[in-house]
Formats: sequence, C-alpha cells, structure tokens
Amino acid sequence: MAEAARPDARTDARIDPRPVRPAAAPAVRLTAVRKEFGSVCAVDHAELTIHQGEFFSLLGPSGSGKTTLLRLIAGFERPTSGRIELAGREVTALPAARRDVHTVFQDYALFPHMTVEQNVAYALTVAGVRKSERLARAREALRTVRLDDHGPRRPAELSGGQRQRVALARALIDGPGLLLLDEPLGALDLQLRQEMQRELQRIQRATGVTFLLVTHDQEEALTLSDRLAVLDRGRIAQTGPPLEIYERPATAFVAGFVGTTNLLSGPAAVRVVGAPGTYSIRPERIRIAAPDGPDGTPGPGERSMPGRIAEIVHAGAHLRCVVRLDGGDDRLTALRLNSGPLPPAVRPGAAVHLLWRVDDASAVPG
Amino acid sequence: MSVTEREPGARARLAALLAPPLLWLILAYLGSLAVLLLSAFWTTDPFTSDVVHSFTADNFREILTDPVYRTVALRTLGIAVVVTLLDALLALPMAFFMAWVATGRLRRALLVAVLTPLWAGYLVKAYAWRVMLGEHGIVNAVLAPLGLHGPGYGTTAVVIVLAYLWLPYMILPLHAALERLPAHHLEASADLGAGTLRTLRSVVAPAVRPALLAGSVFTFSLSLGDYLTVQIVGGRTQLLGNVIASQVTLDLPLAAALSAVPVVLVVCYLAAVRRAGALDSL
Repeated sequence: MAEAARPDARTDARIDPRPVRPAAAPAVRLTAVRKEFGSVCAVDHAELTIHQGEFFSLLGPSGSGKTTLLRLIAGFERPTSGRIELAGREVTALPAARRDVHTVFQDYALFPHMTVEQNVAYALTVAGVRKSERLARAREALRTVRLDDHGPRRPAELSGGQRQRVALARALIDGPGLLLLDEPLGALDLQLRQEMQRELQRIQRATGVTFLLVTHDQEEALTLSDRLAVLDRGRIAQTGPPLEIYERPATAFVAGFVGTTNLLSGPAAVRVVGAPGTYSIRPERIRIAAPDGPDGTPGPGERSMPGRIAEIVHAGAHLRCVVRLDGGDDRLTALRLNSGPLPPAVRPGAAVHLLWRVDDASAVPG
Repeated sequence: MSVTEREPGARARLAALLAPPLLWLILAYLGSLAVLLLSAFWTTDPFTSDVVHSFTADNFREILTDPVYRTVALRTLGIAVVVTLLDALLALPMAFFMAWVATGRLRRALLVAVLTPLWAGYLVKAYAWRVMLGEHGIVNAVLAPLGLHGPGYGTTAVVIVLAYLWLPYMILPLHAALERLPAHHLEASADLGAGTLRTLRSVVAPAVRPALLAGSVFTFSLSLGDYLTVQIVGGRTQLLGNVIASQVTLDLPLAAALSAVPVVLVVCYLAAVRRAGALDSL
C-alpha cells in the first residue's frame, strides 16, 4: 500500500491536523446563521455557543431545523448567510472533509462492504496512517464501545445497538474536536435506548470530546445534556441547562414541548394565577386534596382553587388528573405518583382542592 | 414457507404449479442444448451432406486446429470484450448523471431515452446504423468537413453498433445501484476526511462493482452470440455467430460444435463473475 511507504513524521502530522487552539475558544460558535431551501427558511438567525467538552443537545420537533443546523456544522450544507466557527477557526466555507468534526448518522451509514474494523479505521485509512497502527487504534476504539471481538464481522451481521456502537467508534477514532449525533438512538427500542444513553454519557466523559446531540426526545435531551437549545420553526427559542429550561421556559412553545405543562394566558391567567400574562404550572407541582381534609387549606405562599375531577388517566408510574375549576371552564392537570391506592376523595366527579406554591406558576416571557 | 409431510394437498398443489415451467425449462431449454451438444459429435457425409449419427470428436478437433476458426473465435471474443469495456465507459457517467445530478423531469426523460430503444426492433436499429455508416450516410457527412472519413462497414462498425445495442443493459443496473447507494454513505466518507476520489474508490466503486459485472454479463454474452449485426454492418468481417449461421445448412454437426465455443466462453465468464460476487444480489 502506498501509505505504508510514507515517513512517520508526515503521517503523524496528518492524523492530528488540528492546530493548537486557544483554551478559551468555544467548540462551536454560530453567528446569525441562516439557511434557506428555495423559499423555505429552515434555520433563521441562529446564535449558539457550545463550550469545549460540553454535552450539548439540540431539541425540537421534526421540521424545527435541528438536523439542518447539525448539517451546517458538519459541512454537508452551506449557510445562506452567517458565520460558523469551530474551535475558534472560521469554517463557514470549508467542506466536511476538512472540518475537525465527525458525525454519527441516524441510520449509522456504515459501509456495508467493509468489516467493522475497516469501518472504524476509515478516517485513519484516509489520513494515510500505517496499517499496523490503524488496526491497533481501531481495536482500541472498539474496546471503548465494548465491541472488542466484533472487528472482523460485517455491519450486516450486527444488531442495531451494535451498529450504533460501531458508528460511535468510527466517529471517535481520531479524537475529533466535536462529535455530531443525529438522532442516534431513534431506531432503537426503549430498553436499548436507555442503555445507549448511559453509554453515550460514559463515552463522552471518558473521551472528553464535545458532543452535539440532535433529538426530538425531550427526556433524552434533559437527561444527557449539560446544556441544550430548544428549536422552534427554525429559530432557537431558548438555550440553557436542562433544569433552567424546564423550570423557567422562555416561551410558551418551550413550556409545552419540554415536559407537559398547564399553560395559562389571558383571562384564564387572571382567574387562576391572579395576574395578567402567560404562566406555566407543571402538573407535578399541583397537589390534590379533599376540600374538607386537613391538607385542603393553603399554607403560606400557596394558592388554592376548588374544582371537580373531570378525568383520571393512568400512565404507569403516574396518574394524570384533569380537574375542571369551579366557576368557569378552566382545566388544570395535576400529576400524582401512583404510589398506592387512591384515597376515596380522588375519583372522577369528586370535588377537590388544587393547591400549588405561588412560585410554581412561572411567568413565560415569550 | 416449508412444505411438510403432513400436508399432501399442499405438496400436490405445489407440484402442479411448478411442473409446467420446470418441464419447459428441462425439455425445451436444457433439452435442446443437450441435443445441440450431442449433435456436435456427429458428422456429415461429404457427398450427400446428410448427417451421419456416428460418434466422433472430429468437429472439435477441426475447430481447435484450423487457424481460420481460431482467428474467428478470438476476433469474436475481442469484440465482445471491447464492446463491454466501451459500454462500461459510456454507461458509468450516464448512470452517475441520471442517479445523482438529474432530478425530476430530466431524470425521467433520460430513463425513457434509455429504455425506448429497447422496445424498437433489433433489425430496425441495425439497418438504421447501416444507413448512417454508409458511404453517403450521416456519419461521413458530419466527418467530411473535419477531413475525416467514417469507419465504413467492418469490425469497427460492428463494435459501434453492438455497443449501441447493448448500452441500456449496462446503464440500467448501474443506475439502480447508484440510486440505491445512500447519500449518507457519501457524507459519512467526506465527514471522515475523504476527498472525492477516495470516496469514489472506497465507497462508490464497491457498491457499483456488482452492477458493473452484472451489466457486463449482458453486453459480453449478447455480443458473443450476435450474428445479424455483423451481417448488416460487418462488411466481410466473420464472427462466430455468422460462421455458425452459414454452417447450419452445410454442416450441422460442425455448426453445433462451433456454437459450443461461445457457450463455453459465457460459462467461463459467468464463473469468473460469480467468484467476484456479482451474482449474489440476483
């Protein structure tokens, strides 16, 4: 092979083409990025900073532009306008092959005619690394994803979860500055998905590589990420740590998309919360009590509303109680842990009091 | 689905369903081949031209030792190889363009343009080329201002016309293979640092190779067996096909022995292609 003849110094230089980057430079910085497909604007004025070593998620429903954003960062698409920087270097016009970024595709995109080992070593083969070193490093990468003895097999002989791991190993082989994951767990069943979520977290911590995960699964984004951005129709609606996004959603869309919520606006807000504006009250923050029971009177800083249970939905670990408030058609959903048999007061049609802390009705600015 | 011993009715129905096509395959298809092979070992009375049913390998000995037959066989093989290579060279960019560049109406129009000639009669197309390649044909008319002269009737004309006739059989499998190749594979290759040439070599070529070989089975075997094109545009060129055709009335056993040559060549080619794995997806 031609690459075997090359002197070591040069091949080594090609393995790691990244310049020494200033520690402060963020892994990704997007400035006013816009992408149009014909007359459709897929991404509009995206401003985003992802720090080195961060596990960052782009969360949004299908068609919200999250995959387009990922493809812009990978270099598969060029932005209509705006600027993309990776590790402090502008790459807006750079092709995918010359960016220090690897992608794990939703369908894994493993090369079917190559063995698992050849797939994993592909980036090294392309860079002209010697065969012996290539193999050693491919085995090491396969060990990282716990597929040590699957090297000589073909992708077609592997299960979905194993292919997923091969795709990860292939993308991590030469220590990229950034790993993009495009709905990587979408094709797996629930149990495997949860297992792979833990794997992703473990691998991210072990390697220290910046991860950018694209997902429509809010639970996945909340569980895995250090920070996330929620996308709504091509725009970034909110960026922040999971808890902040969950507790203080910036827009009604974020409040509704990340978790479920009781969203109140206009006259309903005045009636229920007692002030004009838009408010979100998480169902798990609302307590249900019998009107005459000892816990039915509001404590300090609590607000209480009388109503009747309209519906009880059993959702496994939780019960969702929809309560119609007295004196109107306002409905609030309260979540109750399914921790034992329901007290007699909690049944459809029963009169109850709903109680929540005033702080739990968070104002939604957007 | 498995047919078990406990379902005699199902077995009988399956047998009834498969019997006619199997009978056709064995009797009409393989049977006639067997008779052909058998008759190659007969001989002809030189005075009456009657077939004599005595077993002899003289025909094969004649084919293998007579330099005329050897030349014709090699020429036929050479033309089949050249036609196959020419078709591959023409079909690859065409299939690439149809699968990856052209979209919507242009792609459909190209597909129709490739398919339509398949429905036109073989003789019509061959005679159309005869007219074009003739002394006062369009080929010479176009080349004349450049100071050039067309190939006229002969081996070159045979190659051109055969390459034209079998081109769709090469384009269609290539187009299908390229269309099936997921765009993500190309992106993954680029994503991992590969340039265009590397991606073509490492990702596209392995995906296209089986289709290329499958297409070449058509172009190669159809070229080996052709005998009309050479009669129409071949001038004095002799190929196995038309030698066989002319011997059928004179010396049937010799013609049968001659026709074993392309059969053997095609079988060898298929075996080689099979080893390369191109028939796995058929």
